[in-house]
Amino acid sequence: MNAIAIIEYLIVGIMILSAVLAVEWRDLLAAAVGMAAVSLFASILFFMLQAPDVAMTEAAIGAALSAAVFIFAIKRTQRFETEEEEKPGWWVRW
Amino acid sequence: MISVYYFGAISLILIGLYAVLVKKNLLKILIGLSIMETGVNLLLISIGYVSGRSAPILSEGIGPNQAVDPIPQALVLTAIVIGVATTAMALSVAMLIYEKYGTLNIEEIRRLRG
Repeated sequence: MNAIAIIEYLIVGIMILSAVLAVEWRDLLAAAVGMAAVSLFASILFFMLQAPDVAMTEAAIGAALSAAVFIFAIKRTQRFETEEEEKPGWWVRW
Repeated sequence: MISVYYFGAISLILIGLYAVLVKKNLLKILIGLSIMETGVNLLLISIGYVSGRSAPILSEGIGPNQAVDPIPQALVLTAIVIGVATTAMALSVAMLIYEKYGTLNIEEIRRLRG
């Protein structure tokens, strides 16, 4: 296993960790940042797969424009997911 | 042994599918949809990759038989733009739903209908 393979495994691992955190975080602003991190590491993988034009487009659109659109949408709506955690009564779940 | 790119791409697709199926918040569902779209793009690019070849840009010293497959790259370049347009339109619909119903929980939106 050479150095390039180690870097590939590392970036794929960080990308999957970012995707899991982007799905699981309750703060939607943090989730949008996690989604932008997934796009950023996917852009680095596109560059390592010899596709520099796709890497540039993904970094510009996926990491910057998509996150900005999500942040504007969160600004107009709620920031946190509203879920009741501790022993909800029957009238809460209904 | 499978390639690490295939593993990463299919993992992203499955994580996005989990978010679409399980999560209750509408914006979290759209985040899952965006992650799933990134996974599909990564899977398409990694199918066209040939190990040891260079980028498909015509330059000095690199012939047409020393480059990777350029057709999935053109396909993915189109798919990224379609994905961001779909995401922007879905977010505008989500903002209109929040202005009408005052919530983003999909169960409450379904109950308030009619």
